[in-house]
Amino acid sequence: MEFGLTPDQKMMQESIGRTLERVCPLERVRKTTDGTARDVLTAIAELGVTGMLIPEEFGGLGLQLLDAALAAEMLGRHVAPVPFVASSVMAPLALLGAGSEAQKRAYLPKLASGEATAGVAISEHASGARDKAGISARAGKLSGKSLFVLDFAGAEFFIVADNFGALHIVDADAKGLERTAFTTIDVTRAIGELSFDTVDAEPLSSGNPQATLERLIDAGRIMLAADTLGAGGRMIEKAVDYAKQRKQFGRVIGSFQAVKHMCAEMVAELEPCRALIWYAAYAFDAFPDQARRMAVHAKAHTAEVGTFVARTATEVHGGMGFTDLLGLHYWFKRIGFDRQALGGPEKVRHDAAVAQGWIGN
Amino acid sequence: MDLSYSPEYEAFRDEVRAFTREFGDRAPPAGDMREWQNLLIARGYAARTIPKEYGGFGAAPDVLKSRIVAEEFIAAGLPMGMSGQGISMLVPTLLEVGSEEQKRKYIAPTLRGEIVWCQGYSEPGAGSDLAALTTRATEEGDDFIINGQKIWTSTAAQADMMFCLVRTEPDKPKHEGISYILFSMKTPGIEVRPLVTMTGRAEFNEVFFTDVRVPKSGVVAGRGQGWMVANATLKHERGMLGDPNQAGTRLKAIVDLMREETVDGVRLMDNPVLRDRLLKLQARAHAMEFHGLRLLTSRLKGEDPGVAGLIVKLMGCELNHQLAAFAIDALGELGVLYGGSQHSRNNGNWQWNYMFDLGLIIGGGTAQIQKNIIAERGLGMPREPKPAKA
Repeated sequence: MEFGLTPDQKMMQESIGRTLERVCPLERVRKTTDGTARDVLTAIAELGVTGMLIPEEFGGLGLQLLDAALAAEMLGRHVAPVPFVASSVMAPLALLGAGSEAQKRAYLPKLASGEATAGVAISEHASGARDKAGISARAGKLSGKSLFVLDFAGAEFFIVADNFGALHIVDADAKGLERTAFTTIDVTRAIGELSFDTVDAEPLSSGNPQATLERLIDAGRIMLAADTLGAGGRMIEKAVDYAKQRKQFGRVIGSFQAVKHMCAEMVAELEPCRALIWYAAYAFDAFPDQARRMAVHAKAHTAEVGTFVARTATEVHGGMGFTDLLGLHYWFKRIGFDRQALGGPEKVRHDAAVAQGWIGN
Repeated sequence: MDLSYSPEYEAFRDEVRAFTREFGDRAPPAGDMREWQNLLIARGYAARTIPKEYGGFGAAPDVLKSRIVAEEFIAAGLPMGMSGQGISMLVPTLLEVGSEEQKRKYIAPTLRGEIVWCQGYSEPGAGSDLAALTTRATEEGDDFIINGQKIWTSTAAQADMMFCLVRTEPDKPKHEGISYILFSMKTPGIEVRPLVTMTGRAEFNEVFFTDVRVPKSGVVAGRGQGWMVANATLKHERGMLGDPNQAGTRLKAIVDLMREETVDGVRLMDNPVLRDRLLKLQARAHAMEFHGLRLLTSRLKGEDPGVAGLIVKLMGCELNHQLAAFAIDALGELGVLYGGSQHSRNNGNWQWNYMFDLGLIIGGGTAQIQKNIIAERGLGMPREPKPAKA
């Protein structure tokens, strides 16, 4: 029994962190407006981050979801403006779970190398359909629309779930496909709307596409939780550092109990999220019967804690926390994005009740 | 990450399981607690790692096996033997810093439940600031004469002995003049007054000392070393508080309650507001459970868990309290019943837990003191400046 990371995992996580420290400082993040920093993506692709879950035969590292969660934590920590949750986790899982050999050969190597990125259009299944969104599939062609498509900007192709939960691949330049990027609170992430007018699509029909869709959602939720863990952890460090330097009333504010207690509460809330996320990510591969319940709890709980940390860390910074000068808001908004994407806490907890048979669907 | 157990541990689990099946009916409430305790010691399910010469089972320390024992006993619904402050706090303290004579004299009978102990730490003027204690012990030949008062002393009325902090050197700085001393509660001059709490029961007592004459040989680890000894003990106390197993047991009881109980014919579980609160608490309970596993692994590897190890008391006690608070809300008006009403559920225990847990949040270092510890030791934040001397 060993509940923890292996030396390899620790090393890998540290090396991703060091690379991001170098290629993705806040000044770099500030220059991005569409959620895609090609240079940052290239740098992490060289470490294998883009191909973590992709088997070695297709050019990836063939690792497990816990490894991807460790990478996600680092990306959140550095508010890295790169596609990851959809492009490097959900899309590969879709192809591996429901793709044919030919489809795997065609798409996985370029995702692994970072040469191409993929968006994933499944929000209607994760969060519920808004504004009459939904995709119908007829004779190999898709019609309708999907909102909140993840890793939207610059994607070469999209994984799209139709109303029945069957999965399809759609080329970004396909005829009849209209793409509309959304402006959101978090400029480090790209989402948008896909509108389909009898668009050619390639079905992902091997294995069990509906079960694969469920797995994609679980994996995506765990990644968002891990992202919040990283972003929240960084916000706490920034708050503590600031409190040790900033002086008021003739002493550093970190010596005031009121401020110390804010910092202690943040870390006391966030630290158990780490074990919850590790377990959820590990269960995704090791205990499939627990995967859904653990993924939803990791997502919802970390979202709640993340919101508390984002708010409290900003308050510890006083008025400066509210400004653009410090850039603290990049983390604040990242946590806000993670909270709503793929289902807000109440929706996600509802899924936990269903997964445990406490209530019907 | 590898959550499987090696064959050696699986075999050990089978052994424990066989024991709980065969002997479970001898456990209290049906059986006698002392007999149960002795059976557990003999089999190594209590006092497992305490050396044989002091009355323990003498197994090598193995936190995984201890955990397996705990898991199996909880699963079988069996008590883990006696758990008084003598066993959980004094015994480890004596093992760490007691004299050979003290170890031989006290550990075995304490383990067997023959000596019941109480802890004399807090005083009316020394709670969070424990080192400010003023109960005095003055030297007279081979004895100390103790005068003063203790408070929050659980089991004082039943206890045979007390382990007590007294001030032996009033002239020294406050942390240096304290001694840790063991003495009989039957000594003349000790008066125990039950302290009734908000639960309506007297879980604690006040203890008054008037010219209480006790032998100096009861001092542990030397005169003036009391603060160091007390810290050894407090470490064990904090380790006990905020147990994630308790949260898991409570959560399961609430889930069962919500699936069975109805209001206007609707299951509590079908009330979306209550269900959402239940799920929030379930996530917290899971987080603390896995957090406990993470700390267990750190301990196995001899790694310092850092700030992760400092938050358990704060978060665990708070979670247990929130679980009780939620159970009462789920019960609605039934949640005000206490004790023996025909409509009360679980004998009013949720209400008792709700109130008593507030005591646990305060005791063993208040939540605010815990936050100071997390901030100062865990995050390296500066201490509050000391007020200037008047």
